[in-house]
Amino acid sequence: MFKPEITIHSDDPRVQEFLERIENGEKIEVDDWMPDDYRLQLIKLIAMHGISEIMGAFPEKEWVPKAPTLKRKLSLMAKVQDEVGHGQLLIRVAEDLMHPLGKTREDLIEDLFSGRLKFHNVFHMPAPSWADAALIGWLVDGAAIVTQKMLAHTSYAPYARALKRIILEERFHAYHGEDMVIALGDGTEQQREMMQDALNRWWPALLMFFGPPENGEIKSNQEINIRYKIRSKTNEELRQEFLDKYVPQIRALGLEVPDDNIYYDETKKQWVYTHPDYTYLRDVIAKNQGPRSQNRLNLRKIGFDNNEWVREALLHNQKAIS
Amino acid sequence: MVKKYNTPEEAKQDQQYLDTLKELIFQLADDDLLISHRGSEWLGLAPHIEEDVAYSSITQNTMGHAAMLYELLEELGVGKADDLAHLRKPEEYRNARLVERVNGTGDYKENPDYDFGYAIIRNYAYELFKKIRLEALQQSSFVPLADTARKIKREQYYHLYHWEVWIDQLAHSTDEAQKRLNNAIQKTWEDVASLFDLGPKGDQIVEYGLLESGEMLKKKFMDQFKAKMENSGLIWPGEPQPLSETGREGRHSEEFVDALNHLSEVYKMDPQASW
Ligand SMILES: [Fe+2]
Ligand SMILES: [Fe+2]
Repeated sequence: MFKPEITIHSDDPRVQEFLERIENGEKIEVDDWMPDDYRLQLIKLIAMHGISEIMGAFPEKEWVPKAPTLKRKLSLMAKVQDEVGHGQLLIRVAEDLMHPLGKTREDLIEDLFSGRLKFHNVFHMPAPSWADAALIGWLVDGAAIVTQKMLAHTSYAPYARALKRIILEERFHAYHGEDMVIALGDGTEQQREMMQDALNRWWPALLMFFGPPENGEIKSNQEINIRYKIRSKTNEELRQEFLDKYVPQIRALGLEVPDDNIYYDETKKQWVYTHPDYTYLRDVIAKNQGPRSQNRLNLRKIGFDNNEWVREALLHNQKAIS
Repeated sequence: MVKKYNTPEEAKQDQQYLDTLKELIFQLADDDLLISHRGSEWLGLAPHIEEDVAYSSITQNTMGHAAMLYELLEELGVGKADDLAHLRKPEEYRNARLVERVNGTGDYKENPDYDFGYAIIRNYAYELFKKIRLEALQQSSFVPLADTARKIKREQYYHLYHWEVWIDQLAHSTDEAQKRLNNAIQKTWEDVASLFDLGPKGDQIVEYGLLESGEMLKKKFMDQFKAKMENSGLIWPGEPQPLSETGREGRHSEEFVDALNHLSEVYKMDPQASW
């Protein structure tokens, strides 16, 4: 295994120079020299982001064949296709970073199957009704936009560029999700109930989306992120942004935020709310034991195993050429 | 010279023509609906990420084609496009057997055991047929249908090309790939004749100049399919068996009924509601 030696704490003069570049707001390109822990942190972040886009296709995919109207069938297909495209784009960025370590895309897939590479907590959750598909499009994509907007200022230029492209498409996703949610929210009794149920079901996962709050304690891995300007905001700051944006919208739709204690503290200028059980992230989701974790990993695995002959055939052709 | 009908209104003046036209458009729309439904079940299961993106783009275009055709039926006063796509009884659907077949065994959400070889060959066969049919439809006596065919054809060109490239890549690679493609051809051949059947109003469809005959479509298809197999070193299976019953008459498999239940499950909860 690759052990990072040149890190933020080492006295290698190149690290100081690198940190100065970062301080000056310069962007780092793939072939620039970079400390090992910068590289590893980026690989971890971008690989997880990429694989989450791909795994994120599964909960929505469940509803693609069943989408109620021709229009919804088309827009949901387009949306899921975009997500897989995002995964493709990001995995390429991660591949370039992994190249000097002699690792490839296949290693990422294997890490996913073995549980070393995590995919995002929201995609471990069940999506039992059509309203879940609507809610994912609206609020999971909404939460993703909050995070991605922050990450678009990241110091690593290829990631920032990929994110700018992705965010353009995410705007359409948010519109597509909102449109589905409005149809249900303004719909029949049955539709409104479906929608509220889905919101109740997803609320804790949406809050967890941003990770546990820091409560003033910054972990080493966040220190790396912030000093290297990989990211610029804390989990809690992002969650507050999300609540700022969506709590009023949820209420405007006549839906109820499923938290009796939530309110906006005018003096502190922030939301006070019931925290979800973050230990669930560590003890259940991170171990791939969420309600649909195994099912979705299994789908990926089936796809991978069943098509082994195709990959072999393509490899055979490559060898024949070279 | 066959008479041209320039607008839905003109077609509606002639009841016999209208009935024949409806029958044909249902065949076209239902074919696209079902093959696209099968494509949507493949999402996330393709051999690599790039293929997932490409295949789902084809699936999406094809659903778009189905939507255009149901809208044409709506303009002809047959009913609301979404009702036509989702609410008819199984025996009212007019798609060919080939497009309704399952992708493999297992449920798409739980344990899909799908065969990409069959996906390649079935889709290639369908898209080749669709190209030939679209070319003929461009001369259709119903002008709005000829226009729609032209529009669809512009996208459809890439679909056919996509599956051709897969055949080119795999046919000359490993023995296993070759074997799988040959098996898939055999399997496709069980249903291939269903494509050329124009259904109970087949004669009128041809007489009214709506589309050329099933025999013509078949001949063109067989010539091109055979050439492709021969160039690829795959086994040409010869003349397909004639059909005992046909999807164009509304006779479908169990697999079809399952597919229909899936694709209409949500809409049927409340067809009056806005979704
Ligand atoms: Fe995305
Ligand atoms: Fe998205």
